[in-house]
Amino acid sequence: MTQKRLLTRVFLSFTLFGCFYISNTLALAPADEIPTDAARISEGQAIFDSNCKTCHRVHDKLVGPALKEVYNVAPSIDWIVNFVHNSSKVIASGDPYAVALYDEYNKTQMTHFPSISRDQILSILGYIKQETEKGPAVAAVVSTGGGDANASGDAGVPAIYIDAILIGLIIVLVLILVVLVLITTILRKYLNQRDDLDDADREIVNPTFSFDLLVKSKPFIFIVTFLFVAIAFKVVINNLYAVGVQKNYAPKQPIAFSHKIHAGTYEIDCNYCHTGVNKSKNANIPSPNICMNCHGSIKTESPEIQKIYAAIENDKPIEWIRVHNLPDLAYFNHSQHVVVGGIECQTCHGPIEEMDVVKQASLLTMGWCIDCHRQTDVNTKDNGYYDNLVELHKEESKSALKVEDIGGLECSKCHY
Amino acid sequence: MKDNKKTYWKGIEQLSNDPEFVKNAEKEFPDFLPINQNEGGGSSRRDFLKMMGFGIAAVSLAACEAPIRKAIPYVNKPVDVDPGVPNYYASTYVNGGDYCSIVVKTREGRPIKIEGNKLSKLTQGGVNAQVEASVLTLYDNERLRNPKAAGKDTDWNTLDKEVITKLGSIAAQGGQIRIVSNTILSPSTKQVIEDFKAKYPNTSHVTYDAISAYGMAKANEDSFGVRAIPSYDFSKADVIVSFAADFLGTWISPIEYTKQYSKTRKLGDGKKKMSRHYQFESNLSLTGSNADYRIPIKPSDEGKAVAALYNAVSAKTGGTSVAGAGKYANIDKAASDLVKASGKSIVVSGSNDPAIQTLINGINSMLSNYGSTIDLSRPVNYRQGDDAAMDKLVSDINGGTIAGLIFFNCNPVYDHRRGTELKAALSKVSLKVSTSARPDETASLVDYVAPDHHFLESWNDAEPVKGSYSLTQPAITPIFNTRQAQDTLLTWAGSEEEYYNYLRNYWRRHMSFTGSFDTFWDQTLYNGVLDTETETQSFEFAGDVNSAAALATAVKAADTELALYFKLGVGDGSQANNPWLQEMPDPVSKATWDNYLTVSQAWARDNKVTSFQGECNKAKVTVGGQSLILPILIQPGQAQGTVGLALGYGRTSAGKVANGVGVDAYPLLTSQNGATNLNVTSGVTVEVLDEKYHIAQTQTYQTVMDRDYVIQESTLSEYQKDAFAGRYHPQVSNWMEPSGQTSPGNISLWEGHEYKNHHWGMVIDLNSCTGCSACHIACQSENNIPVVGRQEVVNRRDMHWIRIDRYYSSKKGTTDYYEMIEATDNPEVTFQPMMCQHCNNAPCETVCPVAATTHSTEGLNQMTYNRCIGTRYCANNCPYKVRRFNWFKYHDNSQFEDINTSMNNDLGKMVLNPDVTVRSRGVMEKCSLCVQRIQYGKLEAKKEKRRPKDGEIEVACASACPADAIIFGDMKDKESRISKLLKIKDTKKADYIIETEIGEPRAYHVLEELGVKPNVTYLTKIRNKEQSEA
Repeated sequence: MTQKRLLTRVFLSFTLFGCFYISNTLALAPADEIPTDAARISEGQAIFDSNCKTCHRVHDKLVGPALKEVYNVAPSIDWIVNFVHNSSKVIASGDPYAVALYDEYNKTQMTHFPSISRDQILSILGYIKQETEKGPAVAAVVSTGGGDANASGDAGVPAIYIDAILIGLIIVLVLILVVLVLITTILRKYLNQRDDLDDADREIVNPTFSFDLLVKSKPFIFIVTFLFVAIAFKVVINNLYAVGVQKNYAPKQPIAFSHKIHAGTYEIDCNYCHTGVNKSKNANIPSPNICMNCHGSIKTESPEIQKIYAAIENDKPIEWIRVHNLPDLAYFNHSQHVVVGGIECQTCHGPIEEMDVVKQASLLTMGWCIDCHRQTDVNTKDNGYYDNLVELHKEESKSALKVEDIGGLECSKCHY
Repeated sequence: MKDNKKTYWKGIEQLSNDPEFVKNAEKEFPDFLPINQNEGGGSSRRDFLKMMGFGIAAVSLAACEAPIRKAIPYVNKPVDVDPGVPNYYASTYVNGGDYCSIVVKTREGRPIKIEGNKLSKLTQGGVNAQVEASVLTLYDNERLRNPKAAGKDTDWNTLDKEVITKLGSIAAQGGQIRIVSNTILSPSTKQVIEDFKAKYPNTSHVTYDAISAYGMAKANEDSFGVRAIPSYDFSKADVIVSFAADFLGTWISPIEYTKQYSKTRKLGDGKKKMSRHYQFESNLSLTGSNADYRIPIKPSDEGKAVAALYNAVSAKTGGTSVAGAGKYANIDKAASDLVKASGKSIVVSGSNDPAIQTLINGINSMLSNYGSTIDLSRPVNYRQGDDAAMDKLVSDINGGTIAGLIFFNCNPVYDHRRGTELKAALSKVSLKVSTSARPDETASLVDYVAPDHHFLESWNDAEPVKGSYSLTQPAITPIFNTRQAQDTLLTWAGSEEEYYNYLRNYWRRHMSFTGSFDTFWDQTLYNGVLDTETETQSFEFAGDVNSAAALATAVKAADTELALYFKLGVGDGSQANNPWLQEMPDPVSKATWDNYLTVSQAWARDNKVTSFQGECNKAKVTVGGQSLILPILIQPGQAQGTVGLALGYGRTSAGKVANGVGVDAYPLLTSQNGATNLNVTSGVTVEVLDEKYHIAQTQTYQTVMDRDYVIQESTLSEYQKDAFAGRYHPQVSNWMEPSGQTSPGNISLWEGHEYKNHHWGMVIDLNSCTGCSACHIACQSENNIPVVGRQEVVNRRDMHWIRIDRYYSSKKGTTDYYEMIEATDNPEVTFQPMMCQHCNNAPCETVCPVAATTHSTEGLNQMTYNRCIGTRYCANNCPYKVRRFNWFKYHDNSQFEDINTSMNNDLGKMVLNPDVTVRSRGVMEKCSLCVQRIQYGKLEAKKEKRRPKDGEIEVACASACPADAIIFGDMKDKESRISKLLKIKDTKKADYIIETEIGEPRAYHVLEELGVKPNVTYLTKIRNKEQSEA
């Protein structure tokens, strides 16, 4: 425990020191351009959450680098804007910082966001700046406890006192134990010296411990049986819950299609092939004629591509193995989540642009759906459908309108 | 309802208060649970252990490796098709002369649902059960897959070569060729037949209809000089008198007429008037059930009653009278109403006797209805059959003078009066060809079958009414190796042209259009319909009413007369192999899967026949040497001295679903004054047999336990005085109110629900609902509802989510037999579509131990199948009895293979709605208010960043309704039709909840006294009757 706290403390002071150091030495960017007003920051947070969060965090490295201090670390604000709009262009231009980043992150390209305006990017930076200044969440809690014990008057009893009390208690308990043992020894000695004890009493005074008796005793058998049954039950239940859950299911497909190449390296928009995602409940597996848009001339000799040609020539569809299987009793609609909800594909499908073979990244259980519906804010922005609902919600609650609040947990939303 | 001292009853058992019935009615589920049928006696501990062992093994096996599922994209994705997104194509349903302009919903290139086309001025977006069900006929496994020669599969080239050779040799020898068909609505198809005739000059075309209206056309020829059937506009009629014309059910063009008729039955703020409808008939038809005045008459009295009305009207308009008239109730009343509404009334007759129709023409002419409600200058083409020509043809075939016969999509061996004779005579014809899509009774007797596409695979056009056109376009590529019948004829006529091009060229030549033809064609195809101007002509009535009256009234009465009729579901029997239609309960008798002899209660008493919940004696009906053995059904409202029997059943070669269901009554048809007649007025004997038979009836086993306010009704005059007329306002004691009483809905254990976003609701106008059951099949098609078969319906396990509750009502309560006979003599009928009421205080929700049925924030009572463990508590606790339990796995189950065809073979499964789960055994289900459509509509709106517009989201039953009796919408949306209709106000109750308050006086909730606060509202039934007679 102490060791752990020590570590965090060291880490914290190191980070703090680092921050000071960096901000003192590298304050080159025109920081005044980054907005500080709450509205812009919350706008930035919304955009960040819906677009960037899949790959970036402020304080942690995820798919992409941690973004804290990015406004200071990156060459310039303009550079950031260009990189967000079209990262491959910046990398291709031979920009040393961009190339270094690209190499550092296993040549994963960042998705292009040409639709996010410069102002919006500044809002995002405002949000990042705010978060950076707040510091990482975990460290903040510790800093109140361990960083400076005296400074935290209202944060409850300092941990060191608790430790002291605990140690004191243990010492007291051990002392009591010792005293009790002493007392029983003395008492036994005294009783053994008496002659008027009958055999039964004597046996009580000098009990004989028998392992055999213990094993055969009813309470023991009961406890052991109970533990065994309870553990077995728990294991069975756990396993039953896992039935049909196919997380990390990554079957071999009839054609070795790589999302890493198409969606990752070449950054083809998901929509380009999965045409139904904006209008239908199905995202649609593309038909070979869509493949032909490019593969009519690209990599025509590849044996995998030849399989597509064969499908078209023989008029036989390609039988892909379905990776994401929802039970028939659950209705799911892609367009609801993508168009109306503004959810990124990766939120459910994971970092698909890094997958050579597609695997199921999420649990796809009902609990998983419900969790998300409890946590996700409804994308009510500029949507006339929700206007009245947002008004009504504001009267009752200060928190954002969650999917849960508009009936997102009701049975008939998905089961009919 | 209590105030008017009526007794409401669902079936005779309830009326007579049979103790057995009362015992059963208290149970939600029948006693015979299937569990006890296994191994004769429950399960033991060993069974349990076995099951558990197996279960664990199965689970661990399943856990080893999940099954590999494939995702197979198109090889070349069509531009217009996006998997998961439905496409809609305007098209036309044509089955013989039955017509409906439709929109076909397709998913991934397969039609899954049929909706009405709102652009059509004729059907105006309405459909009926048969139209809705036709999409399942497309996926009938028993359609022919290949052309056939002498009963063996062949290929088209061989067939063409052989047929052309034979046709050539017949033509060379001067042999007679006949093309036999039902009514053909398509002008271009008629041109194809003309081309065929040009190639083989000895050919003529004979048209007949199973539901013939030849007598009517002939009467118009006599009266006005045009052999045609006029178009009617019931929407303009203030008074309607019908003599056995089931114009809301099966007569000529029921969808169109229902649309028009229902407009005259709507009441509201601006409209306090409605039409008055008299119906004279023998069987209690759907139209008769809706009439304000229904007068039971014997079939032999039809002519006499029409003559009586003629005399009564002519007496008031200063005309002469005819001889032979009888005396019937309400004739004078009807006549004075008619004369008052001169020019705004309609008199129709369902009779196919030209003499009766001439009298009807005379009456309409006296009332100056021609040119206003009846339009002869825009005649309809729905029934072009010529009974005389067909009669002659059968005789000619018998005489051996016909060498070649082509049956163009018709089945006369089954559905013609002389079918049996035709069957025997067919061997005398050297070349017999059929274009039937299935090996039906006729096609199984011919030399060559050149199977036609289903209409959803075809190109076609139609001219249902002069000047109104309609196009059929394929919504799926042909499933089997079939060929469009027009192409077949064109090929045999030696033409190389494809019918699609032929059709376009025909339109290019015959239609007037401006600009490019392609644009015109595309636009028409998109709309599905095209209306052109026609000249208005005036016609003078020149019929000979005296001789007509003499003929019409000459029919002699008999002790027992048989009135044949068509049922709404199966109709003429051409779609009999459609299980949806077979299991659709007849709206009046509530019987499924059978036809039967309908008899009156008095007849039953005289013949010592009793019936209990559909179980009744069988009877042997003999008509002129023909005998049929069939079950008896005691039908309230059946005219004394008559029995009724439905046609369209008893097929022998329709397919696994329909073969052997019911009895074939076509041979009993008669001919009267040269036209096929549905009335058998002489030589009918009925012998009651000891053998019992259980007719599968729905609804009659349930009761509302004397909660008589389920139907709330009044008369028009009362309604005009007080819009709240007929309403029942239940009250419960409450000390908190100053009055000491309050509405039950105001007291609740629950906090209620606050609807912030949407509040879905539905209104059903009992006054417009005709009970036609289009909603029934629309719901079945939309929501993947299984068909359970006759035996399971008998076991009270039908699965329909929406049912049309039919209530009879009569003035008196009954305690003894004679009063019962009086009550069942001619009861009033009310139809009440009943489905999940989506209660705000739902009793089902509180008893579910696993929370599988819950309330949504939009007012829906949600049913979650995957959570349901099948305790059935919810169904027990549902006051409306609308929950359905899956007693079996109805899909992929060999037990239901021949019944539930849409879930048991790969072809049938193509009709399933992919957005709705197919439920498995052991779960409860019920109306979801088409939540899949709500979700879809909301999503489309969200994608366009707006609120959904009223009418965009439409539930299946509401969109199918030809009477616009069902209105669905968002009660939160102040501009929605439902909000305006119900005059919805939001009132704040307590501090936490905003309640929806309904301002419309006619609106009520069924079983309001329970305080369950449904989101489905009904509007009172108003009858246009004198208060004293109500």
